[in-house]
Amino acid sequence: MSQTTHDTHSPAAHGSHGGHDLQADLRKYMIVFGALIVGTIVTVLASYIHFGSTSINIAVALLIASVKVFLVGGYFMHLISEKKMIFAILGSTVFFVIGLMYLIIWSMEPTSHIHIPH
Amino acid sequence: MQSSSTHTSHAAQHDAHDHHELGFWQKYVFSTDHKVIGIQYALTSLLFLLFGFFLMGMMRWQLAYPGKPIPIFGGLLEKMLGSVASGGIMSSDLYNAFGAMHGTIMVFLGIVPLAFAAFGNYVVPLQIGAPDMAFPKLNMASYWVYFLGGVIMVFSFFIPGGAAQSGWTSYSPLATVTPTAGQTYWLVGMVFLITSSLLGAVNFLATIIQLRAPGMTWMRLPFFVWAQFVTGFLLLLAFPPLEAAGLMQLMDKVAGTSFFLPTGLMVSGKPLDISGGGSPLLWQHLFWFLAHPEVYVLILPGMGIIAEVLCNNVRKPIWGYKSLVYSVFAIGFVSFIVWAHHMYLTGMGTAISTFFQTTTMIISIPSIIILTVFFITLWGGSIRFTTPMLFALAFLPMFGIGGLTGLPLGFNFVDLHMHDTYYVIAHFHYVVAPGTIFALFAGLYFWYPKATGRFMSEFWGKVHFWTSFVFMNLIFFPMFIQGMAGMSRRMYDGGVNYSVANSANDGMIGALSSSIIGSNVTISVAAWCLGLSQIPFIINFFYSMVRGKKVESDNPWHSTTLEWQTPTPPPHGNFAVAPVIYRGPYEYSVPGASKDYTPQNEPDAPSRKK
Amino acid sequence: MDIPYTVKEREDTGLYNAKLGIWLFLASEVMLFGALFSSYILLRVGASPGTWPHSILNVPLGTLNTIVLIVSSITVVMAWASLKMNKFGDWRKYQGITLLCALGFLGIKSYEYYDKFTHYEVITNDGKVFDGHLVMQDTEKVVLHPGNHRVITYAAEQLGYGPKPEAEHGHEVEKAPAAHEATPAHEATAAHGAEAVEEHVTIARSNIKRMQNYGPYHHAYLAIYFTLTGLHALHVIGGALVMAYFFGPGAKMWKSEPERFINRIEVSGLFWHFVDLVWIFLFPVLYLL
Repeated sequence: MSQTTHDTHSPAAHGSHGGHDLQADLRKYMIVFGALIVGTIVTVLASYIHFGSTSINIAVALLIASVKVFLVGGYFMHLISEKKMIFAILGSTVFFVIGLMYLIIWSMEPTSHIHIPH
Repeated sequence: MQSSSTHTSHAAQHDAHDHHELGFWQKYVFSTDHKVIGIQYALTSLLFLLFGFFLMGMMRWQLAYPGKPIPIFGGLLEKMLGSVASGGIMSSDLYNAFGAMHGTIMVFLGIVPLAFAAFGNYVVPLQIGAPDMAFPKLNMASYWVYFLGGVIMVFSFFIPGGAAQSGWTSYSPLATVTPTAGQTYWLVGMVFLITSSLLGAVNFLATIIQLRAPGMTWMRLPFFVWAQFVTGFLLLLAFPPLEAAGLMQLMDKVAGTSFFLPTGLMVSGKPLDISGGGSPLLWQHLFWFLAHPEVYVLILPGMGIIAEVLCNNVRKPIWGYKSLVYSVFAIGFVSFIVWAHHMYLTGMGTAISTFFQTTTMIISIPSIIILTVFFITLWGGSIRFTTPMLFALAFLPMFGIGGLTGLPLGFNFVDLHMHDTYYVIAHFHYVVAPGTIFALFAGLYFWYPKATGRFMSEFWGKVHFWTSFVFMNLIFFPMFIQGMAGMSRRMYDGGVNYSVANSANDGMIGALSSSIIGSNVTISVAAWCLGLSQIPFIINFFYSMVRGKKVESDNPWHSTTLEWQTPTPPPHGNFAVAPVIYRGPYEYSVPGASKDYTPQNEPDAPSRKK
Repeated sequence: MDIPYTVKEREDTGLYNAKLGIWLFLASEVMLFGALFSSYILLRVGASPGTWPHSILNVPLGTLNTIVLIVSSITVVMAWASLKMNKFGDWRKYQGITLLCALGFLGIKSYEYYDKFTHYEVITNDGKVFDGHLVMQDTEKVVLHPGNHRVITYAAEQLGYGPKPEAEHGHEVEKAPAAHEATPAHEATAAHGAEAVEEHVTIARSNIKRMQNYGPYHHAYLAIYFTLTGLHALHVIGGALVMAYFFGPGAKMWKSEPERFINRIEVSGLFWHFVDLVWIFLFPVLYLL
């Protein structure tokens, strides 16, 4: 990701925030804000278009939502320049939450059975 | 991890902080000191353990002598609970309530608070050289939320209809359609207990990550701290799904939703007026997503205690510290993906059963490594058979039996026969009762001198140990045999209905033989004797506070870890001067050293410096 | 000894205590909402074909609420940046706007809840199903204003009011044929079982077998809708209370310990962004799909 942001939040620079860095950050925040609004509108519009199957509609909506989550998490919550420790915690959390969802859904599906050919 | 020996700046700023006087309430009741909170947790959870045991003692009477009035306590039960115990006879509703609450209380109000919160609170900050937990007020809140949860659970015995009756697992639809309000109280109580655990977990993790003293690198942490660290993660990430499930079941009970109720559900031959569309299996998934990691929440702190006690009494370093640490991490990680081995009988697909069977077998590997490390640590040591050491030594084979008997249950084809029999009860009680509880006793005897400045009596400690050891095995070993004979764990009459003694079963294959039914009496008598053998412990525990032998130094067991390098008992703020750590946690019997232990905060002697 | 790193970052982790604490807490929140989303998926996949409702929520209001939350997210981050730049006045302004957004969000959400609680399904003794918003009711009769979208309940399905085969993925809004009665699956036109007044339908009390509003008990979709949005609203309330405290009495700390105060604003902001993140998923999942 962007090197300037990284420097802003490295331990050495922290606490002695130059006004210039923050000004740059503010511009970035406004861009992200605009992108989020656009993303919201696109999500709504996309839901009125029928892409051929419901699963494609769901995929599109979730894709846009994921981009928005990345923007909020990355910039507003400063994750793109966050410390290793936070990533380790969030990484394992995401892994387990996906495991929870995937295994529960798998257990409900016919594919969770082994099919023995006759 | 990099060494953090450079920042000692905060050491200079210790100020009047520990001087100002606190009133009684702030000092002993609404305290933010981790040691006071640890002791509060310990006393409360020990009381709950006793209470949970008492419930089981009553149930064992019903199992041994079905339908006979309970001696001594029968009248009391009738007076307190009314018609469910009329004539001092335990009704089936009361049996169900006691069974459900025994499990709930032992797990959520007894062992987890004792193993994780009590020992963790008291010992972890001391062992890492911290002045307190990272968030002292949160710590106090965590205790009081736990306390409230406990009050709600106990109160539910006295509401009309009594406490929750659907097992500690609270499977829907049974739990939802049971018309009494006990389940609602159970759910509200659980929300409190879960909240308390989450606050505790955040606090422990932040403390261990942030407050390690200078020089206390990750690989210099005592194993107990590692065990608590992984336990904290398990609680943090596994409890929320149960909280979600609890909220949904609460909605089902209170708001009439159908999260766990399928369409067209009939109860007593009548269709329920519900929207339907829910999934009973969903509850089981979310419940076991917590409850399997919970098993490791129960055992890991115990393993941590065992490591401390073993090394101290063997007088040599632990064998394979790194393998221990990596194993405990592996256990923590894999424990999140084994949960559905509790659900083989639900009709999940064979492919997914195979998946969970595989992960279950994999998780036994790190457990075996840990046990092996403990056994090898004994090799060649000069063992001191103190009371804590006896409990620690007994833990090893007891946990071994508990763990190994779990393997057959992990195979889905064997589980078809074993599921929901007494074999399961024997298996997990071997892990938790003579396993974890012995480890907790070891911890209590071991750290008691630090907290009070006095020893508990060795003689009565040994009486406590040997009687507990014998009766524990007399209780749980026959249960393996009962279970393999097919005796179901939920029978209110002790299995009489399915026995050869019942003439209706003439010629029935697999009817329970008289020796299997007869074991009920043996087991019950052993259980009551186990209760009696706790009396020396209880008296010893309180008597020694005032009359026990005084410790002659701050480090009476000649230990290396930091909690013994503080004043006894440690004051508010723990260390007079911020400790600096120079070495690993278990430097016992280092060749050439002046004594057989070298504390972690002792600098290298000039002659030995490289 | 005092507790270290309450304000300054620890060198090897680069974090101060509260920041690590809030991230740990958020990790557990991810698991909480993750479990609820899993439940949503399961309920939806398990619903009998064609009965999972679409378009019964107000999309313009939902969009508005999404934008309100996004605005509050940007003001939260601007508030923190203002303090960093030592502009306390700006911080006050942004923090105030955030609080107003929180109130606005809750207001709109309450209106949406109200809309659901006044939407009724009525099953009559002669096996007909009526569906619509309540216009008025007294001891004699109930007057409903039928709409285009209804939830297909199991009870209605049993009476033949199941999903219409052609409108399975009903984004294409078809004008219902002046439906006074919910359309039975097997009939093309509505039967006139009741006296119609303009667009309203009046049902005699004595003819009502069951009358149920669109509360959580009405359908699995509504159950998960109310649970998810209700839990989310509790988070909004919790976050707003904390931020209101910092806005009011808590702001004193700016004078005594400015760095610690900035940390507090950052930590409460992280929580607020998480609440926003949850909504970003909730909105398409509940309103649009």
